[in-house]
Amino acid sequence: MSETLKRTPLYEHHRRLGARLVPFAGWEMPVQYSGITAEHLAVRTAVGVFDISHMGKLALTGPGITGRLDRLVPSNLAKLSPGQAQYTLLLDEAGGILDDIILYREEEDRWVAIVNGATSDKDRTWLSNHLKEDVLVDSTAEQVLLALQGPNAQAVLADVTGADLAALGRYCHCRATVLGAPAFIARTGYTGEDGFEIMLAAAAGVQLWEALLAHGVLPCGLGARDTLRLEAAMHLYGQDMDESVTPLEAGLAWLIDWSKPEFVGHARLRAQKAEGVTRRLVGFEVEGRQPARPGYAIVADGRPVGTVTSGTVPPTVARPIGLGYVSAELSQPGTPIAIEMRGKLVNARVVKRPFYRRFP
Amino acid sequence: MAIEFPQELKYVDTHEYLRVEGDTVVIGVTSYAVEQLGDIVFVALPEAGEQFNRGDSFGSIESVKAVEELYAPVSGTILAVNQAAVDDPSLIGVDPYGDGWLVIVRLGDTEELSETLSAEEYKERVGVET
Repeated sequence: MSETLKRTPLYEHHRRLGARLVPFAGWEMPVQYSGITAEHLAVRTAVGVFDISHMGKLALTGPGITGRLDRLVPSNLAKLSPGQAQYTLLLDEAGGILDDIILYREEEDRWVAIVNGATSDKDRTWLSNHLKEDVLVDSTAEQVLLALQGPNAQAVLADVTGADLAALGRYCHCRATVLGAPAFIARTGYTGEDGFEIMLAAAAGVQLWEALLAHGVLPCGLGARDTLRLEAAMHLYGQDMDESVTPLEAGLAWLIDWSKPEFVGHARLRAQKAEGVTRRLVGFEVEGRQPARPGYAIVADGRPVGTVTSGTVPPTVARPIGLGYVSAELSQPGTPIAIEMRGKLVNARVVKRPFYRRFP
Repeated sequence: MAIEFPQELKYVDTHEYLRVEGDTVVIGVTSYAVEQLGDIVFVALPEAGEQFNRGDSFGSIESVKAVEELYAPVSGTILAVNQAAVDDPSLIGVDPYGDGWLVIVRLGDTEELSETLSAEEYKERVGVET
């Protein structure tokens, strides 16, 4: 039985570049072009571009929508000014994480939401059920979303837009023309480097991709996207967290504004905060060279105490690192643990995150 | 490196190659395997003295994204293990037929060699133009 995978407007470009294409979140996506290591290092040292058009792109508008949206997330959205954005979570009534998203406030009552590709149907349904009076427009298929990431990203983007990029701070966004076409530009990313995410209509997006490659920007795939985000200790929804996990367990308590009187999941989070969590997502580093992989058991004192959710040997850190859940009492950095790797127990340690910092 | 299948070597479907030298065999993974894996970050190899039957897993090789078993193409006893490749797995990707060899085996049953593939046969199996 074959599934019909969706294709972004750049699919033919990826094919012609000889990209290795794989199914991801219901889309046929490039996992690599020239190689994961080369692409990863290009982003850390220069600049790379990712086609992330598979991600859900929602426009949310309505008089007073901000108050209603604010009740769906643990963060305080009302304090964002137009032009600012917030990484946050959609929670269910049990405090479980439905998705991690970025919400961009364009005007008083006009928002853009960029959500994970794998969860965009779920999120759209959830949001429209809870924002019944408001207008939700899904432009996922009609728009291209590119992530231009790396220390040279601003210099490269400045060549194709008149927007004042130097004045655009981290987690800020604007509308501007890029190569003469209207575009949404946000200084956000999933790599731990400076960079921009640029959303524009499909044809204009294709033109921008071609221009960036002609500029010498390296095309980068999902493989490098994963090694970069792991070094920056950014979570992958569906792997590091899902509906069975609360933000307190997932290390995202910092997103919760406890002074908000009401939001979905609020009561359960308050209770869990009072009881204390029994498990926590931690970062760890393994002795030796062998990578930890999702699903490997974490062991301490001869007992299973958790599971690896993400792990590899990424190119910049160049040591086996990962994320995983452990019993709460083992979650302090420095705690010795062991990972069961293909029949052998290998020593590891809980460490502080991120594993890589742009400016140490 | 380009994908190539040296004529003088033997091959198996599981992407190991054999360099036969009398009753000892140098075993590694082919450049097709290396190309499919991507950047190799780890290899787990057995100790000298261990014995394997044809088809047994004798170790594993890992890239950034994948874990693959290594399968013994012939039965035999491990005579030597390439510690340089264990210490620097990138050697395997750079020179799989030379410095990136994995183990040397004393052949248990020379008849098994007749069941290996020639370079031409292996090339057809993997469907690659070289």
